[in-house]
Amino acid sequence: MPNPRRRILLLKTAIWLIGLGPIAWLTAGFFRGTLGVLPVDTIILVEGRWTLVFLLATLAVTPIRRLTGWNRVIQVRRLLGLFAFFHACVHFLAYAGIDQAFALGYIIDDVVDRRYITAGFAALLLLVPLAVTSTKGWIRRLGKRWLKLHRLVYVAASLGVLHFYWKVRADTFWPLVAALTLAGLFAVRLAHRARAQRKPVRK
Amino acid sequence: MIIRTRKNSDIPSSEITPESAYINRRKFLGASAGIGAAAFLSRDAAASPLSTLHQDDEPNTWDEITTHNNFYEFGLDKKDPSRNAHTLVTKPWTVKVDGLCKKPGDYQLEDFIKPSTIEDRVYRFRCVEAWSMVIPWRGFPLADVINRAEPDSSAKYVAFATLWDPDQMPERRWKPRIGWPYREGLRLDEAMHPLSLLVNGLYGKELPNQNGAPLRVIVPWKYGFKSIKSIVRMTFTEDEPPTTWATQTPGEYGFYSNVNPDVSHPRWSQATEKRIDGSKFFGYRRIDTHFLNGYADEVAHLYEGMDLQKYF
Repeated sequence: MPNPRRRILLLKTAIWLIGLGPIAWLTAGFFRGTLGVLPVDTIILVEGRWTLVFLLATLAVTPIRRLTGWNRVIQVRRLLGLFAFFHACVHFLAYAGIDQAFALGYIIDDVVDRRYITAGFAALLLLVPLAVTSTKGWIRRLGKRWLKLHRLVYVAASLGVLHFYWKVRADTFWPLVAALTLAGLFAVRLAHRARAQRKPVRK
Repeated sequence: MIIRTRKNSDIPSSEITPESAYINRRKFLGASAGIGAAAFLSRDAAASPLSTLHQDDEPNTWDEITTHNNFYEFGLDKKDPSRNAHTLVTKPWTVKVDGLCKKPGDYQLEDFIKPSTIEDRVYRFRCVEAWSMVIPWRGFPLADVINRAEPDSSAKYVAFATLWDPDQMPERRWKPRIGWPYREGLRLDEAMHPLSLLVNGLYGKELPNQNGAPLRVIVPWKYGFKSIKSIVRMTFTEDEPPTTWATQTPGEYGFYSNVNPDVSHPRWSQATEKRIDGSKFFGYRRIDTHFLNGYADEVAHLYEGMDLQKYF
């Protein structure tokens, strides 16, 4: 078994590569003209998908830790969460800045009138305080309240999946995969909590 | 309000685009690679005076028109149809005409087309997803085949169906939640309107499979999904026929689906559209959407007295 520290370092490197990969791919595609006739649509779509991938990956850290006993994996959670936030921002900016050209009136109409955009925008807003308070300083300052605050990530992820589900028209396969993954991750957590409450002695 | 007055910008194409100027520089550069389209217009088909273009309407390139398609039988991504539709077999092709008419039957495509005069028509094409193009179709009036079928006086609608053949239209990985075959329909007076076309060509060439070969409908004042592709059946009915999207999501798509900036859609504001024009960086410009896609002068009378917020 490799040095546990090196394992985390390898994992973090992989996360950085995967996290920046879509940006590199989109940038290259943009300049090579391979993003289709409406590149902005492709950018929004790809960035939305990667936001959900990273959100679900963030939420998978604790269940993986519980199921495998690999405690150090917790060290990559913040990085995963910040990449989720990063892709959410690119996704939103591509929509608001390019697609809507920052036309505030239309953007507000969209957020208010179109439920899938309402859900997605709410998810993004919820991620902001989580990203801000992800630093060591904030974790120390907030103490126990930090954990409570960061449970919001489940609400944000649920809204994100709902946003995805409401957006697709014909093919709900991937939104359902995302929803089931989210439900599975939540179930692992609930099961753990139930066990911990039932048999506190064995803990 | 339904009737709108003529806008100053509505200039018949005959006044603004002599045939020789049809292909501007960008189009020429874009089109010449694939098809040598410069001379497509005047040579073997008549340019129709019904191609009413606005001042800024320039035909899209062959590549734009043939790589950005919605044809879910061949995949859900915009590029999928251009990658996958080569499996569609368009020869031979039979169109079944049935329902309330005096000349029902199975017609070979050639017999269906032959009696008509083929024309080139450049139309705006507005997708419900809020993007649009300008497309030089080649085809003939839908009214021609309707007249030849001799519909009964009780016939009020005409329904269409797209081919559904899973062998030619591979259902990948899973089945999208759509009831195949794809169905569309028009009120008979809409279908008989001179703007309504049956299309078998693009830029003077044979219609590519991803654009609905070998025969499709084009109704330029309605959202693109009304212009059904790869037709195998035409049925005259007395009642409004069920159509795919209106059945799938009745709250979002109505039977009429006329382009209307005042009727907002739950997914897209319809007030503006992304006109794909190959402009630098993002390949489009955002423009205002016109009532009935700018064809109000020609077709608004069809909807006189109707509440278009209700019959969307």
